[in-house]
Amino acid sequence: MTGDQSRAVWDRARAFQTTIADQGAMVTDADYLLQADTLLDLYGEDIRARAFTTQDPLRGEQMLRPDFTVPVVQAHMAHGAEPARYTYMGKVFRKQEEDESRPTEYVQVGYEVFDGTDPAAADADVFATILGLLSDVDVTAVTGDIGILRAAVMGLKTTERRRAALLRHLWRPRRFKSLLDRFSGVTDVPPSRTALLAQDDPMAGVGDVLGLRSRAEIAARIDVLREDAAAEPLSMAERELVDALLAVRETSPNALTALRDISVDLGSISEAVDGFSARLDALSARGVNVDTLAFEAAYGRMSMEYYDGFVFGFEAPAQFNLPPVATGGRYDALTTVLGNGVGVPAVGGVIRPAAVVALEGER
Amino acid sequence: MTLKLGVPSKGRLMQKTFDWFANRGVTLRKSGHDREYAGAVDGIDGVELVLLSAGEIPRELNAGRIQLGVTGSDLVREKLSNWDRRVVEVSKMGFGGADLIIAVPNAWVDVETLDDLDAVAAAFRANHGFRLRIATKYHRLVRDFLRENGVADYQLVDSQGATEGTIRNETAEAVADITSTGETLRANGLKILGDGMIHSSQATLFRGRRGGWTQEQRNTFKSLVAILDQA
Repeated sequence: MTGDQSRAVWDRARAFQTTIADQGAMVTDADYLLQADTLLDLYGEDIRARAFTTQDPLRGEQMLRPDFTVPVVQAHMAHGAEPARYTYMGKVFRKQEEDESRPTEYVQVGYEVFDGTDPAAADADVFATILGLLSDVDVTAVTGDIGILRAAVMGLKTTERRRAALLRHLWRPRRFKSLLDRFSGVTDVPPSRTALLAQDDPMAGVGDVLGLRSRAEIAARIDVLREDAAAEPLSMAERELVDALLAVRETSPNALTALRDISVDLGSISEAVDGFSARLDALSARGVNVDTLAFEAAYGRMSMEYYDGFVFGFEAPAQFNLPPVATGGRYDALTTVLGNGVGVPAVGGVIRPAAVVALEGER
Repeated sequence: MTLKLGVPSKGRLMQKTFDWFANRGVTLRKSGHDREYAGAVDGIDGVELVLLSAGEIPRELNAGRIQLGVTGSDLVREKLSNWDRRVVEVSKMGFGGADLIIAVPNAWVDVETLDDLDAVAAAFRANHGFRLRIATKYHRLVRDFLRENGVADYQLVDSQGATEGTIRNETAEAVADITSTGETLRANGLKILGDGMIHSSQATLFRGRRGGWTQEQRNTFKSLVAILDQA
């Protein structure tokens, strides 16, 4: 990036942050180097493909911050009091293993809201704030709600373990689908498992146990497999409802109608759909035209792994091959993980000023 | 400018590579003393032999310091991101075959598939408070494979040798390693997951990107390919 481009990006970033701060958000910051363990426990090994790792002789493995959300949440959980609104600005660092044209460091401006009094209003606040900052930029907003899918899974008439397995893979669509297929009897149980359970004593073949995973753990898993083998398959009707839910892709009012229809047969999502409806009202109250606002039930399942409720993105026109100009969402569960079991309802979003500047250059 | 051909500097891989080229009318040999890492090429002009560690050949190809290289297809995939945009397979050589697989203790009678491994990883993390450890030196290949297959709650621990022993030493619960016959795995009380084949590797002749090549190097490459194709 040339000096002029860099100046334009930082100027834009500062202007964005000033607007957010003027709305009452507290300016905050984060360290560049984060404890790798925290990120690895949160995102799993995949984060190594995205974050730069380095070594400190005393603190051990460190990562250059791949985002601000984690350190900002940590700081809030340790020292903050609700309600709180924060804004930050600075560079984040991402390895680019697939597309070499994407930058490995770029500026983000963020807005995070920790306020549980009215979740719909907090969602609308973050979305409307970013929409306002991008009002002159050629972007298209897309929204979704992982909370509706989560509620659907929690309401499935199957075993607790099966629901837990599906929830664990909410963000891995392929594994999620293969689990659904197996639980609904679309795919067969692996022959190795059938053979194991057919034995009089499946533990007979265990022999000497090597390593940390104990005989008791193996026996416990066999009990789990027995329970699973005895469970009724998930009904095709329920399976089809989940598929119908994931296929919803409409303007927000039409999506709401479609989800209401689904909730007649899948009562567990009613509350989450009410939340969606309340959010649309809150967005309208903030001056957002929800009649044309896109809603995709599956949005954010691939790339936004810690979001568990409202999700959104502002996409640049496809021909420019730019990453999303802004993204965000609700991450209540993340605060529980980082707050040692104590959670706070939280929602936030980030803008990439460089994408804004690049788009304006195209005009 | 000569065309530099990188070949593994020792052992069976070097000898088999020499044999493979010899069968096609190109003689590669170590020049001078047996311990010296200098080489000579007969049967074609303009090719220079460079003896290197097999593990360094991907990097040297990518950097353009050698134009051709013989190494395992596993090493190229492990060491170069987007390997197929950086190097091209000229010829699979049919030796040095080995499979990168995932193996777990025999005692795990409940684990035969990746699906099992994923479920066990979740339970292991809940019981032990840390993610199930898989020892390997093939970090990129293993990580990509497990992501592709939706396995979560694991961690990779680095093991540059005697990987099969890590489970006994309780520094890992599973391994991802190269095996040709599976004998070392069996001797260490391990079994291979049915759908845990990550990559089936063999010695392969690669070329680097041609962007910086001289006309002379291009011509030499053409003649070399013609000679190799005749056989």
